[in-house]
Amino acid sequence: MKNVYDIVIIGGGPAGLAAAVAAYDNGVKDILVLERETRLGGILNQCIHNGFGLTRFKESLTGPEYAARFVDEVQKRDIEVLTETTVLSLAKDKTVTAMNTTYGVFSVQAKAVVLAMGCRERSRGALNVAGSRPAGVYSAGTAQKYVNIKGYLPGKSVVILGSGDIGLIMARRMTLEGAKVYAVCEIMPYSSGLKRNIAQCLDDFNIPLYLNHTITKIEGDKRVTGVVVSKVDENKRPIAGTEMHFDCDTVLFSVGLIPENELTKEAGIIISPKTRGAVVDQNRETPMDGVFACGNVLQVHDLVDYVSEESELAGKCAANYVLNGNGERDEVNVINGKNIGYVVPQRLNKTVGGMVKLFFRVTNTFRDCSIRVKCGDKVLLERKKKIAVPGEMETLLLTEQKLAMVDSDLEVELTEN
Amino acid sequence: MKKTLTCIECPIGCTIEVELQDGNVISVQGNGCPRGRLYAENEVVCPKRVVTSTVRAKSGEMIPVKTDAPVKKSEIFAVMEKINATTCELPVKIGDVLVEHISDDANLIAAGNA
Amino acid sequence: MFDVIVIGGGIVGGAVLRELTKYELSVCMLEKENDVCMGQSKANSGIVHAGFDAPQGSLKAKFNVLGNKMMENYAKELGVKYVNNGSLVVAFSAEDMQTLESLKARGIANGVADMEIITAERLRVLEPNISDAAVGALYAKTGGIVCPYGLTIAAIGNAMDNGAKLYTDFEVVKIEKKADGFSVCSALGESVCGKVVINCAGLGGGKIAALVGDNDIIIKARKGEYILLDRESGEFVAHTLFFTPTAKGKGILVTQTVDNNILLGPTSEEMENATTETTASGLSHIIEKVNGMVKNPPLYNTITSFAGVRAYSTRHDFIIEESARVKGFIHCVGIESPGLTSAPAIAKYAVEELVGKLLPLTKNKRFNGKRKADYFFKDLSMEEKNAVIAKDPSYGKIVCRCERITEGEIVRAVRENPPAKNVDAVKRRTRAGMGRCQGGFCQPHVAEIIARELQIPFERVTKNGDGSQLVVGVSK
Repeated sequence: MKNVYDIVIIGGGPAGLAAAVAAYDNGVKDILVLERETRLGGILNQCIHNGFGLTRFKESLTGPEYAARFVDEVQKRDIEVLTETTVLSLAKDKTVTAMNTTYGVFSVQAKAVVLAMGCRERSRGALNVAGSRPAGVYSAGTAQKYVNIKGYLPGKSVVILGSGDIGLIMARRMTLEGAKVYAVCEIMPYSSGLKRNIAQCLDDFNIPLYLNHTITKIEGDKRVTGVVVSKVDENKRPIAGTEMHFDCDTVLFSVGLIPENELTKEAGIIISPKTRGAVVDQNRETPMDGVFACGNVLQVHDLVDYVSEESELAGKCAANYVLNGNGERDEVNVINGKNIGYVVPQRLNKTVGGMVKLFFRVTNTFRDCSIRVKCGDKVLLERKKKIAVPGEMETLLLTEQKLAMVDSDLEVELTEN
Repeated sequence: MKKTLTCIECPIGCTIEVELQDGNVISVQGNGCPRGRLYAENEVVCPKRVVTSTVRAKSGEMIPVKTDAPVKKSEIFAVMEKINATTCELPVKIGDVLVEHISDDANLIAAGNA
Repeated sequence: MFDVIVIGGGIVGGAVLRELTKYELSVCMLEKENDVCMGQSKANSGIVHAGFDAPQGSLKAKFNVLGNKMMENYAKELGVKYVNNGSLVVAFSAEDMQTLESLKARGIANGVADMEIITAERLRVLEPNISDAAVGALYAKTGGIVCPYGLTIAAIGNAMDNGAKLYTDFEVVKIEKKADGFSVCSALGESVCGKVVINCAGLGGGKIAALVGDNDIIIKARKGEYILLDRESGEFVAHTLFFTPTAKGKGILVTQTVDNNILLGPTSEEMENATTETTASGLSHIIEKVNGMVKNPPLYNTITSFAGVRAYSTRHDFIIEESARVKGFIHCVGIESPGLTSAPAIAKYAVEELVGKLLPLTKNKRFNGKRKADYFFKDLSMEEKNAVIAKDPSYGKIVCRCERITEGEIVRAVRENPPAKNVDAVKRRTRAGMGRCQGGFCQPHVAEIIARELQIPFERVTKNGDGSQLVVGVSK
């Protein structure tokens, strides 16, 4: 095989595929996509529910259907793909070392690299949930893989911790496959999942959602036999005397997603402690010249449609980097101010033209609030909102005209009216 | 009578208020788009859902499937039973009809290539 | 008829079994669980203690110091990770500093080399994240860390490669003294005969002793809970950090592990009925103590918590002796901390001195004490990896992405001595599932490989033995 490519894309899920197509369409044909699973599409392959693509394709697709649209585009362009290939390291000179059964350990030299490794689920262990460690404790995504890809039922009676979308989707999925879902518990006073998923995954099947509740003990020697669920106070500490017991054989955890940035960190790329993804400018270029990051490895998105959008930007900019190199960098920071959890991009390169879309999340539920982008004392942009919740990613568009006014660090903040 | 619904047509999830009189919809409020209005009007009369699931191919692989139109909510488990009894030969392409008229309203189609 | 039967597949039984295979003896091991290393040997701190803790003249002191000197080579032969990272007993008061002086004196009396009492300044150079309240430390340079389950499994596997036989799911419920030895019977009615029996049953050591009438051997249980942090925080401390011991014991420690995780714990709770459940109070106690030892511990990087149950004898020392009542019956029980460190030395003594009095010991010329050294595939160079993949392409396929464990290693764990039969057994041998996602990604793959290798339906694959099936059936 070839050992030099213009662009190497690490990951063949929705982010990697969109980046590959965009890079190709922007003039760079010499691309290699490296995917660790047996087929392209990433986690979408196991997300067999519908609701994907409403923004992008104006229709409701299943995960595999959404993935297939991008796989088709990659195949039409004859972009080179290696599946069942795990990337082991990324060196400072953009040498990507990977391994598979055919070539063993091999290295390819890239002019530009796109990081598109996606994210992983937080596990039970990360939460220090007390009790025993029997079979039947799964992350929601693992259960989803068992049911949808492998065709096995992980359990018959289920309690779910965490009301993120995967947890809600799995509540419905397990129910449809014949399991009884007793409860979905959420430690926060609100669900981090989409409202429509509460309606169509829980309400439709009369599955109770316990807000301000968490699992305080897992029971069972060999297999789960039950859980204890407790109400929590405002500091998320369990309140004694509120314990409820559920007999169940399965516990699913849907308690957050974490970008998979092991390669990024080992390459020495700065990681934002807020997003747990790389620090990038508006082109999605990391501080390492010619290395771009997009999709859930950069920031955990709510919708795959936005992953595609961000990854097309990264792919396009990677192509531009290969063709024209980087111009001067003249950067300011984009800071998450009051009540804002994070902002992507974290840096703004003023020598790059065009508009910039800022992505961010608020830190709590706010009603009747204003979100502002400030540059020193100047307010570049202000938007009033009736409600803002951490579960939904917010965006603000800075026009070229506004960007021309930037002369120091930007700050995004939220104030209640 | 007033009913409050969460629209499931798109990720925004608008809260919609529907006013009914003698079983007829007299007003819909809170929807952000025309699809939401249509959803609300149907939801209060005869709620319907697209069912997504899997079918085990004869060779053992799990094939993602969906109904090509929403089916009555009350029929979801009946549709699931039919899905579970269905099998298919590979290859299948997205859109291939696996079961015609799995309900009055819909066919079962492949929702993934395999 | 075996020459020697070892009861219990923990580190003591494993080391004894391996030691026995150095001689022309037919030997077997009886383990009540579905795999070896299912008790305290799999859930402890993994510390190779220097030897200053145990009272002078105790068996603990004797075997600790001997074992400490043996451990590096022992682990190397077996292809198990060992690091001589050094231990620091940290003082937080003038009183603690005095205790350190007496600890050091006791260490010298026990035969421990290379100890010094260091200042707070030096301590901060060695451990920049140490609490501001620390005033000094006893630095024991011979302290180390080893992978406890790796060592146990390797010792037993190596013994099996040298001819020892392993019976799992063999819970000993009856021992009959015969003219030429013993008949040892299981709960399921099987029996195995041997001339000599060695009781290395850990927590069950008292029960086994009682089966031959040694009712004065009383074994009690103490639970210890732990928290494990991601490798990403693996450099947070370099040494093993102990609090200055009090009357209540050694307390919570903070240590690096050989796999570059950070381990916090253990708690210490007396138990009537042994359980390995963690508790909210236990875990918060660890966190509280650790916050006193180090500044800003990276608890956000917690990947799991677990508990182990440690056995101790009411004599508060190791019991390594032939039964006074029953000739040919040897006890190696009450092996609490520093049991892991001591195990190689205990085994040598038990075989050379105790078995040697009962049976002739002729050197086994075919004995090969080395395990294959290429076990840690991810640590090999690119050339070495490619040489392995050229022979067996399944080493080119990563199954566990967090710990970078390949299909080849998993297949090998299922096929190699002692064979892994379930997901947790594979985990202990390969680390697949031990990383930050805790098996979220790899468990279905690992289970498929187990089903394929053992030729069983997927639905029968278990987490850790019958009753712990991963799935309840096919979905349609």
